[in-house]
Amino acid sequence: MNVLLRNSIRRFTLPRLLFVVVMLLFAVFMLLPIVFIVSHAFKPYDELFVYPPEFIVRRPTTQNFIELAQITSGSIIPISRYLFNSILISAATVLLTTIISAMCGYALAKQPFPGRKILFATIVLMLMFAPEVVQIPRYLVVSGLGLMNTYPGHILPLLALPVGVFLLKQFMEQIPNALLEAARIDGATEFGLFLKIAVPVCMPAVATVAILSFQNSWSNLETSSYFMQDDYMKTFPYFLSTLTSNLANNVARQGAAAVATLIVLAPNLIFFIILQRRVIDTMVHSGIK
Amino acid sequence: MWTRIWSYRISYLFVAPFTLVFIAFIVVPVAMAVGLSFTYYNGIEPPRFIGWSNFQYLLSQDLLFLQYALPNTFKYAIIVGPGGYVAGFLLAWLISLLGKGLRKWVALAVYAPSLTAGTAMTIIWLPLLSGDRIGYLNSFLLNNGLIDVPKLWVTDPKLIMGSMIVVSLWASMGVGFLAMLAGIQNVDPQLYEAGRIDGVRSRLQELWYLTIPSMKPQMLFGCVMAIVTTLRAGNIGVELSGVNPTPQYAGNLIVNHIQDFGFIRYEMGYAAAISVFLLLLMYVSNRLSWRLFGTGENEA
Repeated sequence: MNVLLRNSIRRFTLPRLLFVVVMLLFAVFMLLPIVFIVSHAFKPYDELFVYPPEFIVRRPTTQNFIELAQITSGSIIPISRYLFNSILISAATVLLTTIISAMCGYALAKQPFPGRKILFATIVLMLMFAPEVVQIPRYLVVSGLGLMNTYPGHILPLLALPVGVFLLKQFMEQIPNALLEAARIDGATEFGLFLKIAVPVCMPAVATVAILSFQNSWSNLETSSYFMQDDYMKTFPYFLSTLTSNLANNVARQGAAAVATLIVLAPNLIFFIILQRRVIDTMVHSGIK
Repeated sequence: MWTRIWSYRISYLFVAPFTLVFIAFIVVPVAMAVGLSFTYYNGIEPPRFIGWSNFQYLLSQDLLFLQYALPNTFKYAIIVGPGGYVAGFLLAWLISLLGKGLRKWVALAVYAPSLTAGTAMTIIWLPLLSGDRIGYLNSFLLNNGLIDVPKLWVTDPKLIMGSMIVVSLWASMGVGFLAMLAGIQNVDPQLYEAGRIDGVRSRLQELWYLTIPSMKPQMLFGCVMAIVTTLRAGNIGVELSGVNPTPQYAGNLIVNHIQDFGFIRYEMGYAAAISVFLLLLMYVSNRLSWRLFGTGENEA
């Protein structure tokens, strides 16, 4: 009944068609940077330098990919090591960040413990501090804790994502107390409530935090460049950036650089699409009542 | 008091993991940076305590700051902040009206500038805003007789701020947009059906009377993030004009000023003082807007 009613309102009319077309045109305009990055990676050298730049490649080639493969095969540490580092670090960061942010957000939203207000106020306040001057103090903390050249040195600093807690707290506030009360009477523990009610109901927000956290960790160069001295501890995007940095006025390796940009961007896109689908799918079943 | 804290021991377990990393990697470094703002520190010699001097200099003698960085930031923020916020919300709403299959692709497109930031952005906008006759915008305006001479969109001190604002608005669909998109889709469909029975006629009425009131927490989040990201912007002017600092400091924002002192002149103490000032600025705008939204209850 529910679905039928909605569909009958959304049946195909001319204004609706027009609306969809306008939205799609707008989407294409916004999508230009991605189109450009993908297309750029397939351009032969003579097309890479055309000005003004062309969005769509005319004679696509894979020569840039071969060039990048040749450069990377010269590296002493096998590229698989960098890939392993990156996958391990990103997976751990995303998983742990979503769990601890959701737990903290849930307690902030639904448990009136003493100190809750001050904790939340601090989180919002810290969100506002410009990161530029925190670099040196953060370096001191990481080295003081003995995290240099370790995986926790990559992961732990990125777990503190105040914006994630803020977002989840805002969503979890909307869970009706009656729903939690009912489950409590049925004998659910606080952790059970969190896992069985709060997280599923707020899945869209949890997925959004996962997207943010992935974006934050996958292409992060800060931890590799400041906290890791040993080359085999660095990440894949960092390795690519060392191959292709300082190319501003250089012709050589521009093709490889274009491919590297695409390779660093692609996981972000895939992750976003998978999780947005999840956001949209959960909406259909539940929705906060 | 202690018995009350003890009775909430599970809550503390819930917040403990985050709070620990938060204190170690954010609160402590920020506190150290705030401490540095009262010192002279060049990154090599140990910091030397100088009291309020950094702040006194910033507010009374730093002409670059008072003449350019501060007013520029106000001009930029007053348009990009609210503009980006409203645009983000409207786009999220429009996307939620699309069919399920299209939604994630359009969402991806709108979020694309936030994913690709930096180089890709300049590549898109520079040919468009290029100052010669082949720049797309110039050639369009010239061909239609709207201007006689090509305009230097990104290098003329009078025009660069406008270009920065347009490009920033284009790139402003970030985390706030994602949150509002998720929030809109989270509104219970039954609410709309009930509304229809109660006489809500158009989509716009639906938006105003049903959607917005039921997603206040997300609206608030979007608002805070709009303030934070706007006031933290800095690289855009340099990327567009291709020179640092921007021509006649016309696109110089507070964050550029911080970077100038922090990374070029190595006056970390002074850079920290500017950061503290920026934090206060954000805090004040935050309070103002929360008062405006009048949610009262969950203030920070």
